Amino acid sequence: MQQFNLLLASLPDGILLGFVYGLAAMGLTLIWGVMNVINLSHGPIIALGMFGTFFLVTRMGLSPYAGLIPVAVIGLLIGILIYTVAVHRVINAPHLSSLLATFSVNMIIIGLGTAALTTSPYNVDFSAGSIKLGSTTLLGTRLIAALVSMLFTGGLYLFLYRTRPGKFIRAVANNRSAAELMGIPSTRILALSFGLGTMLAAVSGALIATFFPFSILAGGSYELKSFVIGVLGGLGNPIGALFGGLILGVIESSSQAFLESSWVPVIEFGLFVIILLVRPSGLFGAKK
Amino acid sequence: MKRSLFSILTILVLAGVILSACAPSAEPTEAPVAPAPTEAPAAQPTEPAEPVMTEKTVTIGFTSSLTGSQEVSSKRQVNGFNLWMNQVNEAGGIKLSDGTVVKIAAQTYDDESTKERVQELYTRLITEDNADFLISPYSSGLTAAASIIAEQNGKIMITAGAAEDDAYKTGNTSLFQLYTPGSLYLISTVDMLKTLDPEAKIALVHENDKFSTSVMDGLKPYLESQGFEVVMEEGYAGDTPDFGPVINKIVDSGATVLLGGGHYPDGSTLARQLYERKVGLKFISLLVAPADTKFPELGDAALGVATSSQWELAATHTPEEAAALGVEWYGPSGEDFATAYEAATGDKPTYHVAGGYMAGLILQKAIEDADSVDPEKVKAALEAMDIFTFYGGIKFDTTPEAHGLQISHVMVVAQWQKNEAGELVRKVIWPADVANAEPLYPIPAP
Repeated sequence: MQQFNLLLASLPDGILLGFVYGLAAMGLTLIWGVMNVINLSHGPIIALGMFGTFFLVTRMGLSPYAGLIPVAVIGLLIGILIYTVAVHRVINAPHLSSLLATFSVNMIIIGLGTAALTTSPYNVDFSAGSIKLGSTTLLGTRLIAALVSMLFTGGLYLFLYRTRPGKFIRAVANNRSAAELMGIPSTRILALSFGLGTMLAAVSGALIATFFPFSILAGGSYELKSFVIGVLGGLGNPIGALFGGLILGVIESSSQAFLESSWVPVIEFGLFVIILLVRPSGLFGAKK
Repeated sequence: MKRSLFSILTILVLAGVILSACAPSAEPTEAPVAPAPTEAPAAQPTEPAEPVMTEKTVTIGFTSSLTGSQEVSSKRQVNGFNLWMNQVNEAGGIKLSDGTVVKIAAQTYDDESTKERVQELYTRLITEDNADFLISPYSSGLTAAASIIAEQNGKIMITAGAAEDDAYKTGNTSLFQLYTPGSLYLISTVDMLKTLDPEAKIALVHENDKFSTSVMDGLKPYLESQGFEVVMEEGYAGDTPDFGPVINKIVDSGATVLLGGGHYPDGSTLARQLYERKVGLKFISLLVAPADTKFPELGDAALGVATSSQWELAATHTPEEAAALGVEWYGPSGEDFATAYEAATGDKPTYHVAGGYMAGLILQKAIEDADSVDPEKVKAALEAMDIFTFYGGIKFDTTPEAHGLQISHVMVVAQWQKNEAGELVRKVIWPADVANAEPLYPIPAP
């Protein structure tokens, strides 16, 4: 009974966190879905989003939520830059080439970040209140982060299905050669897709910074979660990523009602292996 | 095709070059402060009876965590060591009776807070850099890795920033511990709780690393012997970002006092989340994190959080204490140390800074007592050492069962409170005879 109460108390937190995890994973899976590139610079981009919030809040006095707009724009531009400089030339090469290219970007960002920001933990001293619900406390920052994640997911869905560039992205994802024959500028669409992926990563980082401390190395763990979520939701399926995030969030919180927190990675990556073995297309289907 | 391949290779090489320039380097991260020749030409003696003045440079090797999870405390430890080294060299070195003047040089690398790097770099310090003496890295886990290399090579290592007991109970004879051992870390806190609230219900929530686990292993039997009820015990990984489920367990357990933590990143995260969730504990004592000057960055979440401290300026030890105990006093006063440190760095010294400084100071004392830099004589001087400094007592266990374990130093309890101006300040609240404030108990509700 005690464990059941703990489970009930922990579930809301897990669900709220799951939305943010899902948003982070959506960026990774979008890039994979459109161009078959595993973006290993995903973690540092999340960390840059965290620092974006930190500097906008502490140096410019902005609300972290108003700061999401510049973080999103800068995230988009950084993604386009990374695509242009490091990914475009290897987009048709074997996967290992793009993997190494994005890994190099990962190491460059971490190296520069370490030199400029050190690896000390940073903290955004911000509170959005809390709501007491029985034995659990819902933090305002997590509630808002979940809402913002849902908004971004909805926005992404509308962009992909209701706008011309979004349709271009889907066309390029389905068949790049055919899309090019139809006059779609695939290079620009690929750069835009990569930018959107990094934008989602940066925004998720900016939201995480409102409730967790962070350092330039902090993105690594969220990148790993994004891989697990990507596989859960189906690689290349951005909307599936949101559900994958929710599942991971719930597993994380509920498992800690019964086990110590150090068991969480064991469960997460155990699940990762099982899904790969049993249902490699993910629970919600991979890119068709 | 060839052209594209060439472009890709160029980008990769450029990335590698930038990376190697930015990434933590295996090259020495700090140049020796006193790069004096190891054997300066001796002045011609005018009278045969006077000792020949020679200058000898002793190299002290250590790694520090310029990056990674131990960065905050490790950098403070190095700052303290550098202050001592600069003071010694500026004062003309350590003078021996045969006329030798010993200058100090440091050889150091970034261990990136990883054990693998520590073992690799301590091997390099010994075999390639020919370090004469070693200082440990910061943290018990990294020190355990370094101690194996030191012991294998018979190099004296002063272990600063490493409280765990086990390394001294496995037959090692080259390690000398500066900190109060982990098993005794929270004893003062329990003694204080006994007077404040003997009915307190205790939750032990700690990082599951060597240091924090050794603290809890020593603490739990002591709590029970003092009649406290431990209602919950849980370990967590040091990189845990979300303590929500753990905090739910604390609330569910009915605990009124939390003892635990680990190091800076997890401790500051836990303190913040306890505050955000309005857990309403009467008292919180965390290891390491609240002892750092960065801790008030948490704002009101820092209020009332206590820590066991190896040294606090407000309760610094004095020559009078030493005289009362009949023990030799050695080194500067705490005030002089703090003034010099603030002048050098603009920051207030924490116990990690004091630990780094003391590592150098006791090595200096051992060289003076040995009247030599010969490792065997210095080791004998360390084994015989029984002194009192601004940091407190220094004496090492010399039995084969626990050689090198610190047996003289005692800790104080410090707590973040608000001064009249509403600023967060760290006050010493225990032992009562050195306290400069009453304990804030219970902590005001958030």
